[in-house]
Amino acid sequence: MITLSGVHKTFGTNAVLRGVDLSVAKGESMVVIGGSGTGKSVLIKSVLGLVKPDAGIITVDGKDVNKGDRDAFLGRFGMLFQGGALFDSLPVWQNVAFRLLRGSLKKPKDLARAIAVEKLRRVGLGSDVADRLPAELSGGMQKRVSLARAIAAEPEIIFFDEPTTGLDPIMAGVINDLIREIVTEMGATAVTITHDMTSVRAIADKVAMLHAGKIRWTGPVGDMDASGDPYVDQFIHGRATGPIAAVR
Amino acid sequence: MIGSLASLGAGVLGLLAAIGRLAAFTGQTISHLVRPPFYGREFATALLQIGYFSLPVVGLTAFFTGGALALQIYSGGARFSAEAVVPQIVAIGMVRELGPVLVGLMIAARVTSSIAAEIATMKVTEQIDALVTLSTHPMKYLTLPRVLAATLVMPILVGVGDIIGIYGGFLVGTERLGFNAAAYLQNTADFLEPSDIVSSLAKGAVFGFIAALMGCYYGMNSERGAMGVGRATKSSVVAAAILILAANFLLTEAFFSA
Repeated sequence: MITLSGVHKTFGTNAVLRGVDLSVAKGESMVVIGGSGTGKSVLIKSVLGLVKPDAGIITVDGKDVNKGDRDAFLGRFGMLFQGGALFDSLPVWQNVAFRLLRGSLKKPKDLARAIAVEKLRRVGLGSDVADRLPAELSGGMQKRVSLARAIAAEPEIIFFDEPTTGLDPIMAGVINDLIREIVTEMGATAVTITHDMTSVRAIADKVAMLHAGKIRWTGPVGDMDASGDPYVDQFIHGRATGPIAAVR
Repeated sequence: MIGSLASLGAGVLGLLAAIGRLAAFTGQTISHLVRPPFYGREFATALLQIGYFSLPVVGLTAFFTGGALALQIYSGGARFSAEAVVPQIVAIGMVRELGPVLVGLMIAARVTSSIAAEIATMKVTEQIDALVTLSTHPMKYLTLPRVLAATLVMPILVGVGDIIGIYGGFLVGTERLGFNAAAYLQNTADFLEPSDIVSSLAKGAVFGFIAALMGCYYGMNSERGAMGVGRATKSSVVAAAILILAANFLLTEAFFSA
Protein backbone atom coordinates (compact mmCIF):
# COMPACT_ATOMS: atom_id res chain seq x y z
CA MET A 1 0.00 0.00 0.00
CA ILE A 2 1.15 3.53 -0.85
CA THR A 3 0.29 6.20 1.70
CA LEU A 4 0.87 9.94 1.57
CA SER A 5 0.20 11.95 4.73
CA GLY A 6 0.32 15.73 4.85
CA VAL A 7 2.69 16.07 1.91
CA HIS A 8 3.74 19.64 1.14
CA LYS A 9 5.92 20.89 -1.67
CA THR A 10 6.69 24.48 -2.65
CA PHE A 11 8.73 25.69 -5.61
CA GLY A 12 9.87 29.23 -4.89
CA THR A 13 6.66 31.04 -3.95
CA ASN A 14 4.42 28.47 -5.64
CA ALA A 15 2.95 26.06 -3.08
CA VAL A 16 2.09 23.10 -5.30
CA LEU A 17 1.20 20.49 -2.70
CA ARG A 18 -0.43 21.81 0.47
CA GLY A 19 -1.06 18.76 2.58
CA VAL A 20 -1.86 15.81 0.34
CA ASP A 21 -3.37 12.74 2.03
CA LEU A 22 -3.89 9.72 -0.19
CA SER A 23 -3.85 5.93 0.09
CA VAL A 24 -3.54 3.45 -2.73
CA ALA A 25 -4.28 -0.16 -1.82
CA LYS A 26 -2.18 -3.06 -3.13
CA GLY A 27 -3.34 -4.21 -6.57
CA GLU A 28 -5.53 -1.13 -7.01
CA SER A 29 -5.55 1.13 -10.04
CA MET A 30 -5.78 4.70 -8.78
CA VAL A 31 -6.15 7.57 -11.23
CA VAL A 32 -5.30 11.07 -10.06
CA ILE A 33 -7.12 13.79 -11.99
CA GLY A 34 -6.77 17.53 -11.81
CA GLY A 35 -6.08 20.57 -13.93
CA SER A 36 -2.76 21.37 -15.53
CA GLY A 37 -0.20 22.65 -13.06
CA THR A 38 -1.98 21.32 -9.98
CA GLY A 39 0.97 19.15 -8.97
CA LYS A 40 -0.09 15.70 -10.16
CA SER A 41 3.35 14.87 -11.56
CA VAL A 42 5.02 16.30 -8.45
CA LEU A 43 2.88 13.93 -6.42
CA ILE A 44 4.16 10.74 -8.04
CA LYS A 45 7.70 12.09 -8.33
CA SER A 46 7.60 12.64 -4.57
CA VAL A 47 6.79 8.97 -4.04
CA LEU A 48 9.76 7.97 -6.21
CA GLY A 49 12.11 10.41 -4.50
CA LEU A 50 12.62 12.45 -7.69
CA VAL A 51 11.19 15.42 -5.81
CA LYS A 52 11.84 15.87 -2.10
CA PRO A 53 8.73 17.01 -0.21
CA ASP A 54 9.09 19.92 2.22
CA ALA A 55 6.90 18.17 4.79
CA GLY A 56 4.80 15.05 5.22
CA ILE A 57 5.39 11.32 5.17
CA ILE A 58 5.22 8.94 2.23
CA THR A 59 5.29 5.22 2.90
CA VAL A 60 5.14 2.11 0.75
CA ASP A 61 4.01 -0.97 2.66
CA GLY A 62 4.53 0.98 5.86
CA LYS A 63 8.17 1.88 5.14
CA ASP A 64 9.27 5.49 4.71
CA VAL A 65 10.33 5.94 1.06
CA ASN A 66 13.33 8.04 2.10
CA LYS A 67 14.84 5.32 4.28
CA GLY A 68 16.36 1.95 3.45
CA ASP A 69 17.96 0.52 0.32
CA ARG A 70 17.17 2.90 -2.53
CA ASP A 71 17.97 0.45 -5.35
CA ALA A 72 15.74 -2.22 -3.87
CA PHE A 73 12.99 0.34 -3.39
CA LEU A 74 13.17 1.64 -6.96
CA GLY A 75 13.37 -1.94 -8.23
CA ARG A 76 9.74 -2.33 -7.17
CA PHE A 77 8.60 0.49 -9.48
CA GLY A 78 8.04 0.98 -13.17
CA MET A 79 7.22 4.34 -14.67
CA LEU A 80 5.81 5.56 -17.95
CA PHE A 81 6.84 9.18 -18.42
CA GLN A 82 4.67 11.76 -20.13
CA GLY A 83 7.07 12.26 -23.03
CA GLY A 84 8.29 8.68 -23.07
CA ALA A 85 11.75 9.66 -21.77
CA LEU A 86 13.39 7.04 -23.97
CA PHE A 87 17.18 7.21 -24.19
CA ASP A 88 17.98 8.63 -27.63
CA SER A 89 21.37 6.99 -27.92
CA LEU A 90 20.16 3.43 -27.27
CA PRO A 91 18.19 1.18 -29.64
CA VAL A 92 14.64 0.34 -28.66
CA TRP A 93 15.42 -3.09 -27.21
CA GLN A 94 18.16 -1.68 -24.97
CA ASN A 95 15.72 0.97 -23.74
CA VAL A 96 13.20 -1.72 -22.84
CA ALA A 97 15.82 -3.98 -21.26
CA PHE A 98 17.75 -1.14 -19.61
CA ARG A 99 17.22 -2.45 -16.10
CA LEU A 100 18.01 -6.01 -17.20
CA LEU A 101 21.37 -5.05 -18.68
CA ARG A 102 22.86 -3.54 -15.52
CA GLY A 103 22.60 -3.45 -11.76
CA SER A 104 21.12 -6.06 -9.45
CA LEU A 105 18.64 -7.36 -12.07
CA LYS A 106 21.36 -7.86 -14.71
CA LYS A 107 20.77 -10.77 -17.05
CA PRO A 108 22.78 -12.22 -19.96
CA LYS A 109 22.47 -10.00 -23.04
CA ASP A 110 20.63 -12.59 -25.15
CA LEU A 111 18.08 -13.22 -22.40
CA ALA A 112 17.59 -9.48 -21.81
CA ARG A 113 16.98 -8.99 -25.53
CA ALA A 114 14.50 -11.87 -25.63
CA ILE A 115 12.59 -10.37 -22.70
CA ALA A 116 12.62 -6.96 -24.39
CA VAL A 117 11.25 -8.41 -27.63
CA GLU A 118 8.55 -10.25 -25.68
CA LYS A 119 7.55 -7.03 -23.84
CA LEU A 120 7.48 -5.18 -27.16
CA ARG A 121 5.18 -7.88 -28.50
CA ARG A 122 3.01 -7.45 -25.39
CA VAL A 123 2.47 -3.80 -26.24
CA GLY A 124 1.75 -4.58 -29.88
CA LEU A 125 5.14 -3.89 -31.46
CA GLY A 126 7.00 -6.35 -33.68
CA SER A 127 10.59 -7.47 -33.26
CA ASP A 128 11.48 -5.32 -36.28
CA VAL A 129 11.44 -2.19 -34.10
CA ALA A 130 13.88 -3.67 -31.57
CA ASP A 131 16.99 -2.39 -33.32
CA ARG A 132 15.62 1.00 -34.31
CA LEU A 133 16.44 4.19 -32.44
CA PRO A 134 13.59 5.94 -30.56
CA ALA A 135 13.78 8.95 -32.91
CA GLU A 136 12.77 6.65 -35.80
CA LEU A 137 9.44 5.82 -34.16
CA SER A 138 6.10 7.67 -34.13
CA GLY A 139 4.77 9.22 -30.92
CA GLY A 140 2.37 6.33 -30.34
CA MET A 141 5.11 3.76 -30.86
CA GLN A 142 7.41 5.63 -28.48
CA LYS A 143 4.67 5.57 -25.84
CA ARG A 144 4.34 1.81 -26.31
CA VAL A 145 8.10 1.32 -26.03
CA SER A 146 8.05 3.36 -22.85
CA LEU A 147 5.21 1.19 -21.56
CA ALA A 148 7.22 -1.92 -22.43
CA ARG A 149 10.18 -0.49 -20.49
CA ALA A 150 7.96 0.26 -17.50
CA ILE A 151 6.82 -3.37 -17.30
CA ALA A 152 10.05 -5.07 -18.42
CA ALA A 153 11.23 -5.96 -14.91
CA GLU A 154 7.67 -6.90 -13.83
CA PRO A 155 7.40 -4.25 -11.11
CA GLU A 156 4.91 -4.41 -8.25
CA ILE A 157 3.96 -0.75 -8.65
CA ILE A 158 3.60 1.14 -11.93
CA PHE A 159 3.17 4.89 -12.38
CA PHE A 160 1.74 6.29 -15.59
CA ASP A 161 2.23 10.03 -16.12
CA GLU A 162 -0.21 11.34 -18.73
CA PRO A 163 -0.08 8.12 -20.79
CA THR A 164 -2.29 9.37 -23.64
CA THR A 165 -1.16 12.98 -23.97
CA GLY A 166 -0.41 13.88 -27.57
CA LEU A 167 -1.93 10.73 -29.03
CA ASP A 168 -4.88 10.49 -31.40
CA PRO A 169 -8.10 9.05 -29.89
CA ILE A 170 -7.59 5.60 -31.39
CA MET A 171 -3.99 5.30 -30.20
CA ALA A 172 -5.06 6.71 -26.82
CA GLY A 173 -7.69 3.96 -26.61
CA VAL A 174 -5.06 1.33 -27.47
CA ILE A 175 -2.74 2.62 -24.71
CA ASN A 176 -5.61 2.75 -22.19
CA ASP A 177 -6.60 -0.83 -22.97
CA LEU A 178 -2.98 -1.98 -22.73
CA ILE A 179 -2.53 -0.32 -19.35
CA ARG A 180 -5.72 -1.89 -18.00
CA GLU A 181 -4.81 -5.35 -19.33
CA ILE A 182 -1.24 -5.21 -18.08
CA VAL A 183 -2.17 -3.96 -14.63
CA THR A 184 -4.82 -6.67 -14.32
CA GLU A 185 -2.65 -9.53 -15.57
CA MET A 186 0.41 -8.49 -13.53
CA GLY A 187 -1.63 -7.76 -10.41
CA ALA A 188 0.36 -4.56 -10.04
CA THR A 189 -0.59 -1.48 -8.08
CA ALA A 190 -1.02 1.39 -10.53
CA VAL A 191 -1.16 5.13 -10.14
CA THR A 192 -2.06 7.03 -13.29
CA ILE A 193 -2.05 10.77 -13.74
CA THR A 194 -4.26 12.19 -16.42
CA HIS A 195 -6.87 14.78 -17.31
CA ASP A 196 -8.24 12.62 -20.11
CA MET A 197 -11.62 11.42 -18.83
CA THR A 198 -11.74 8.54 -21.34
CA SER A 199 -8.51 7.24 -19.79
CA VAL A 200 -9.95 7.65 -16.30
CA ARG A 201 -12.98 5.48 -17.09
CA ALA A 202 -10.85 2.89 -18.90
CA ILE A 203 -8.06 2.55 -16.34
CA ALA A 204 -9.34 3.45 -12.88
CA ASP A 205 -10.60 1.38 -9.98
CA LYS A 206 -10.53 4.51 -7.85
CA VAL A 207 -10.21 8.19 -8.68
CA ALA A 208 -8.69 11.03 -6.67
CA MET A 209 -9.01 14.65 -7.65
CA LEU A 210 -6.14 16.99 -6.82
CA HIS A 211 -7.07 20.63 -6.59
CA ALA A 212 -5.40 23.60 -4.90
CA GLY A 213 -2.67 21.35 -3.53
CA LYS A 214 -4.99 18.91 -1.76
CA ILE A 215 -6.98 15.81 -2.58
CA ARG A 216 -10.41 17.30 -3.15
CA TRP A 217 -12.34 14.05 -3.59
CA THR A 218 -11.54 10.36 -3.77
CA GLY A 219 -13.76 7.36 -4.43
CA PRO A 220 -14.51 4.47 -6.78
CA VAL A 221 -14.68 5.39 -10.46
CA GLY A 222 -18.32 4.30 -10.51
CA ASP A 223 -19.17 6.99 -7.94
CA MET A 224 -17.37 9.77 -9.79
CA ASP A 225 -20.37 10.98 -11.78
CA ALA A 226 -22.45 11.25 -8.61
CA SER A 227 -19.72 12.63 -6.37
CA GLY A 228 -21.78 15.64 -5.38
CA ASP A 229 -18.60 17.72 -5.42
CA PRO A 230 -18.95 20.78 -7.68
CA TYR A 231 -15.20 20.79 -8.43
CA VAL A 232 -15.21 17.16 -9.57
CA ASP A 233 -18.41 17.73 -11.48
CA GLN A 234 -17.00 20.72 -13.35
CA PHE A 235 -13.77 18.90 -14.13
CA ILE A 236 -15.20 15.63 -15.42
CA HIS A 237 -17.69 17.43 -17.62
CA GLY A 238 -15.13 19.94 -18.83
CA ARG A 239 -17.23 23.00 -18.03
CA ALA A 240 -15.63 26.42 -18.35
CA THR A 241 -17.84 27.80 -15.58
CA GLY A 242 -17.86 26.59 -11.99
CA PRO A 243 -15.75 26.83 -8.86
CA ILE A 244 -12.49 26.04 -10.72
CA ALA A 245 -11.21 29.22 -12.38
CA ALA A 246 -10.82 28.74 -16.12
CA VAL A 247 -7.90 31.16 -16.21
CA ARG A 248 -5.15 30.03 -13.84
CA MET B 1 24.49 53.37 -0.28
CA ILE B 2 22.74 50.54 1.55
CA GLY B 3 21.16 49.44 -1.72
CA SER B 4 24.61 49.22 -3.36
CA LEU B 5 26.02 47.25 -0.45
CA ALA B 6 23.01 44.90 -0.54
CA SER B 7 23.56 44.30 -4.27
CA LEU B 8 27.23 43.67 -3.69
CA GLY B 9 26.44 41.30 -0.81
CA ALA B 10 23.88 39.43 -2.87
CA GLY B 11 26.41 39.07 -5.67
CA VAL B 12 29.10 37.74 -3.33
CA LEU B 13 26.64 35.34 -1.70
CA GLY B 14 25.53 34.13 -5.12
CA LEU B 15 29.13 33.56 -6.19
CA LEU B 16 29.96 31.67 -2.99
CA ALA B 17 26.82 29.55 -3.35
CA ALA B 18 27.78 28.72 -6.95
CA ILE B 19 31.30 27.76 -5.86
CA GLY B 20 29.81 25.59 -3.11
CA ARG B 21 27.47 23.82 -5.53
CA LEU B 22 30.30 23.18 -7.98
CA ALA B 23 32.56 21.91 -5.17
CA ALA B 24 29.81 19.56 -3.96
CA PHE B 25 29.24 18.32 -7.52
CA THR B 26 32.98 17.73 -7.97
CA GLY B 27 33.19 15.86 -4.67
CA GLN B 28 30.20 13.74 -5.56
CA THR B 29 31.71 12.89 -8.96
CA ILE B 30 35.02 11.84 -7.41
CA SER B 31 33.28 9.83 -4.69
CA HIS B 32 31.61 7.65 -7.34
CA LEU B 33 35.09 6.68 -8.56
CA VAL B 34 35.48 4.34 -5.60
CA ARG B 35 31.89 3.14 -5.31
CA PRO B 36 30.56 0.46 -7.65
CA PRO B 37 28.83 -0.17 -9.98
CA PHE B 38 30.98 1.12 -12.83
CA TYR B 39 29.65 1.48 -16.33
CA GLY B 40 32.50 0.27 -18.55
CA ARG B 41 30.55 0.58 -21.79
CA GLU B 42 29.72 4.23 -21.12
CA PHE B 43 33.37 4.86 -20.20
CA ALA B 44 34.57 3.26 -23.45
CA THR B 45 32.07 5.29 -25.47
CA ALA B 46 33.24 8.48 -23.74
CA LEU B 47 36.88 7.60 -24.46
CA LEU B 48 36.04 7.23 -28.13
CA GLN B 49 33.92 10.38 -28.31
CA ILE B 50 36.27 12.63 -26.35
CA GLY B 51 39.58 11.14 -27.44
CA TYR B 52 39.52 9.53 -30.86
CA PHE B 53 36.94 11.81 -32.48
CA SER B 54 38.75 14.92 -31.21
CA LEU B 55 42.00 13.99 -32.94
CA PRO B 56 41.26 15.81 -36.24
CA VAL B 57 40.42 19.13 -34.60
CA VAL B 58 43.35 18.83 -32.19
CA GLY B 59 45.74 17.94 -35.00
CA LEU B 60 44.66 20.79 -37.27
CA THR B 61 44.74 23.35 -34.45
CA ALA B 62 48.22 22.29 -33.36
CA PHE B 63 49.59 22.08 -36.91
CA PHE B 64 48.55 25.59 -37.92
CA THR B 65 49.56 27.05 -34.57
CA GLY B 66 53.02 25.47 -34.77
CA GLY B 67 53.49 26.79 -38.30
CA ALA B 68 52.32 30.30 -37.40
CA LEU B 69 54.51 30.29 -34.30
CA ALA B 70 57.59 29.47 -36.41
CA LEU B 71 56.83 32.36 -38.76
CA GLN B 72 56.24 34.78 -35.87
CA ILE B 73 59.45 33.82 -34.04
CA TYR B 74 61.47 34.06 -37.22
CA SER B 75 60.20 37.52 -38.15
CA GLY B 76 60.27 38.76 -34.56
CA GLY B 77 63.69 37.28 -33.91
CA ALA B 78 65.05 38.97 -37.03
CA ARG B 79 64.74 42.29 -35.21
CA PHE B 80 67.63 41.32 -32.95
CA SER B 81 69.36 38.74 -35.15
CA ALA B 82 67.86 35.76 -33.30
CA GLU B 83 66.22 33.92 -36.21
CA ALA B 84 68.09 30.73 -35.30
CA VAL B 85 66.05 30.15 -32.14
CA VAL B 86 62.93 29.14 -34.06
CA PRO B 87 63.21 25.36 -33.28
CA GLN B 88 63.81 25.93 -29.58
CA ILE B 89 61.01 28.49 -29.09
CA VAL B 90 58.51 26.50 -31.14
CA ALA B 91 59.28 23.42 -29.05
CA ILE B 92 59.07 25.15 -25.69
CA GLY B 93 56.08 27.26 -26.72
CA MET B 94 54.09 24.31 -28.00
CA VAL B 95 54.92 21.86 -25.23
CA ARG B 96 54.81 24.14 -22.22
CA GLU B 97 51.98 26.44 -23.19
CA LEU B 98 50.22 26.44 -26.53
CA GLY B 99 49.76 22.69 -26.88
CA PRO B 100 47.89 22.11 -23.62
CA VAL B 101 46.00 25.43 -23.64
CA LEU B 102 44.83 25.25 -27.25
CA VAL B 103 43.90 21.58 -26.99
CA GLY B 104 42.08 22.39 -23.74
CA LEU B 105 40.15 25.23 -25.36
CA MET B 106 39.30 23.13 -28.43
CA ILE B 107 38.06 20.34 -26.16
CA ALA B 108 36.01 22.92 -24.24
CA ALA B 109 34.45 24.01 -27.52
CA ARG B 110 33.88 20.53 -28.90
CA VAL B 111 33.37 18.26 -25.91
CA THR B 112 32.10 20.50 -23.10
CA SER B 113 29.38 21.94 -25.31
CA SER B 114 28.37 18.51 -26.56
CA ILE B 115 28.22 17.00 -23.05
CA ALA B 116 26.25 19.96 -21.67
CA ALA B 117 23.74 19.95 -24.53
CA GLU B 118 23.25 16.18 -24.36
CA ILE B 119 22.76 16.01 -20.59
CA ALA B 120 20.62 19.16 -20.51
CA THR B 121 18.36 17.70 -23.20
CA MET B 122 18.16 14.49 -21.22
CA LYS B 123 17.13 16.51 -18.21
CA VAL B 124 14.38 18.51 -19.91
CA THR B 125 12.98 15.38 -21.58
CA GLU B 126 12.89 13.55 -18.20
CA GLN B 127 15.53 11.01 -19.28
CA ILE B 128 17.53 11.78 -16.11
CA ASP B 129 14.43 11.05 -14.01
CA ALA B 130 13.93 7.87 -16.04
CA LEU B 131 17.50 6.80 -15.19
CA VAL B 132 16.74 7.20 -11.49
CA THR B 133 13.53 5.17 -11.71
CA LEU B 134 15.54 2.47 -13.49
CA SER B 135 17.82 2.25 -10.43
CA THR B 136 20.71 3.95 -12.23
CA HIS B 137 22.50 6.87 -10.60
CA PRO B 138 22.87 9.67 -13.18
CA MET B 139 26.21 10.74 -11.72
CA LYS B 140 27.58 7.23 -12.11
CA TYR B 141 26.08 6.63 -15.55
CA LEU B 142 26.58 10.06 -17.15
CA THR B 143 29.09 12.15 -15.21
CA LEU B 144 31.79 9.79 -13.96
CA PRO B 145 32.47 8.01 -17.30
CA ARG B 146 32.80 11.33 -19.14
CA VAL B 147 34.95 13.06 -16.51
CA LEU B 148 37.21 10.04 -16.08
CA ALA B 149 37.57 9.51 -19.84
CA ALA B 150 38.41 13.18 -20.44
CA THR B 151 40.97 13.21 -17.62
CA LEU B 152 42.72 10.12 -18.95
CA VAL B 153 42.56 10.85 -22.66
CA MET B 154 43.46 14.55 -22.61
CA PRO B 155 47.17 13.99 -21.84
CA ILE B 156 47.30 11.79 -24.94
CA LEU B 157 45.56 14.45 -27.01
CA VAL B 158 47.93 17.10 -25.66
CA GLY B 159 50.93 14.86 -26.43
CA VAL B 160 49.69 14.37 -29.99
CA GLY B 161 49.01 18.11 -30.26
CA ASP B 162 52.53 18.93 -29.05
CA ILE B 163 54.11 16.62 -31.63
CA ILE B 164 51.95 17.86 -34.50
CA GLY B 165 52.53 21.49 -33.46
CA ILE B 166 56.29 20.97 -33.46
CA TYR B 167 55.95 19.24 -36.83
CA GLY B 168 54.03 22.27 -38.15
CA GLY B 169 56.89 24.50 -37.04
CA PHE B 170 59.40 22.05 -38.51
CA LEU B 171 57.66 22.09 -41.91
CA VAL B 172 57.53 25.88 -42.03
CA GLY B 173 61.09 26.10 -40.72
CA THR B 174 62.56 23.72 -43.26
CA GLU B 175 60.36 24.39 -46.31
CA ARG B 176 59.79 28.12 -45.97
CA LEU B 177 62.53 29.55 -43.75
CA GLY B 178 65.46 27.46 -44.96
CA PHE B 179 66.39 25.58 -41.78
CA ASN B 180 68.33 22.34 -42.08
CA ALA B 181 65.99 19.49 -41.16
CA ALA B 182 68.48 17.50 -39.08
CA ALA B 183 69.70 20.58 -37.21
CA TYR B 184 66.09 21.68 -36.55
CA LEU B 185 65.20 18.32 -35.00
CA GLN B 186 68.44 18.19 -33.02
CA ASN B 187 67.83 21.66 -31.58
CA THR B 188 64.28 20.74 -30.67
CA ALA B 189 65.33 17.53 -28.91
CA ASP B 190 68.24 19.18 -27.12
CA PHE B 191 66.20 22.04 -25.79
CA LEU B 192 63.19 20.17 -24.42
CA GLU B 193 63.46 18.81 -20.87
CA PRO B 194 61.46 16.00 -19.28
CA SER B 195 59.80 18.49 -16.94
CA ASP B 196 58.42 20.35 -19.97
CA ILE B 197 56.73 17.21 -21.20
CA VAL B 198 55.48 16.21 -17.75
CA SER B 199 53.96 19.65 -17.18
CA SER B 200 52.30 19.54 -20.59
CA LEU B 201 50.66 16.17 -19.95
CA ALA B 202 49.67 17.10 -16.39
CA LYS B 203 48.02 20.25 -17.67
CA GLY B 204 46.18 18.11 -20.19
CA ALA B 205 44.76 15.89 -17.45
CA VAL B 206 43.60 18.88 -15.39
CA PHE B 207 42.07 20.61 -18.42
CA GLY B 208 40.28 17.42 -19.44
CA PHE B 209 38.82 17.08 -15.96
CA ILE B 210 37.63 20.69 -16.02
CA ALA B 211 36.17 20.47 -19.53
CA ALA B 212 34.09 17.35 -18.87
CA LEU B 213 33.09 18.41 -15.37
CA MET B 214 31.75 21.75 -16.59
CA GLY B 215 29.74 20.06 -19.33
CA CYS B 216 28.19 17.64 -16.84
CA TYR B 217 27.60 20.28 -14.16
CA TYR B 218 25.79 22.73 -16.39
CA GLY B 219 23.91 19.94 -18.17
CA MET B 220 22.67 18.45 -14.90
CA ASN B 221 21.64 21.89 -13.62
CA SER B 222 19.97 23.01 -16.83
CA GLU B 223 16.68 24.87 -16.69
CA ARG B 224 13.63 23.80 -18.67
CA GLY B 225 13.07 24.24 -22.38
CA ALA B 226 15.22 25.01 -25.40
CA MET B 227 16.40 28.24 -23.77
CA GLY B 228 17.56 26.30 -20.72
CA VAL B 229 19.55 23.88 -22.88
CA GLY B 230 21.09 26.76 -24.84
CA ARG B 231 22.01 28.63 -21.68
CA ALA B 232 23.54 25.53 -20.08
CA THR B 233 25.62 24.87 -23.19
CA LYS B 234 26.88 28.45 -23.43
CA SER B 235 27.63 28.71 -19.72
CA SER B 236 29.49 25.41 -19.70
CA VAL B 237 31.84 26.45 -22.50
CA VAL B 238 32.49 29.89 -20.99
CA ALA B 239 33.12 28.41 -17.53
CA ALA B 240 35.36 25.65 -18.91
CA ALA B 241 37.43 28.11 -20.99
CA ILE B 242 37.92 30.52 -18.09
CA LEU B 243 38.75 27.76 -15.61
CA ILE B 244 41.20 26.18 -18.06
CA LEU B 245 43.02 29.49 -18.53
CA ALA B 246 43.04 30.13 -14.76
CA ALA B 247 44.26 26.60 -14.05
CA ASN B 248 46.94 27.04 -16.71
CA PHE B 249 48.29 30.08 -14.90
CA LEU B 250 48.31 28.28 -11.55
CA LEU B 251 49.95 25.16 -12.99
CA THR B 252 52.57 27.20 -14.84
CA GLU B 253 53.29 29.03 -11.58
CA ALA B 254 53.57 25.69 -9.76
CA PHE B 255 55.80 24.00 -12.37
CA PHE B 256 58.09 26.77 -13.50
CA SER B 257 58.34 29.48 -10.85
CA ALA B 258 61.82 29.12 -9.48
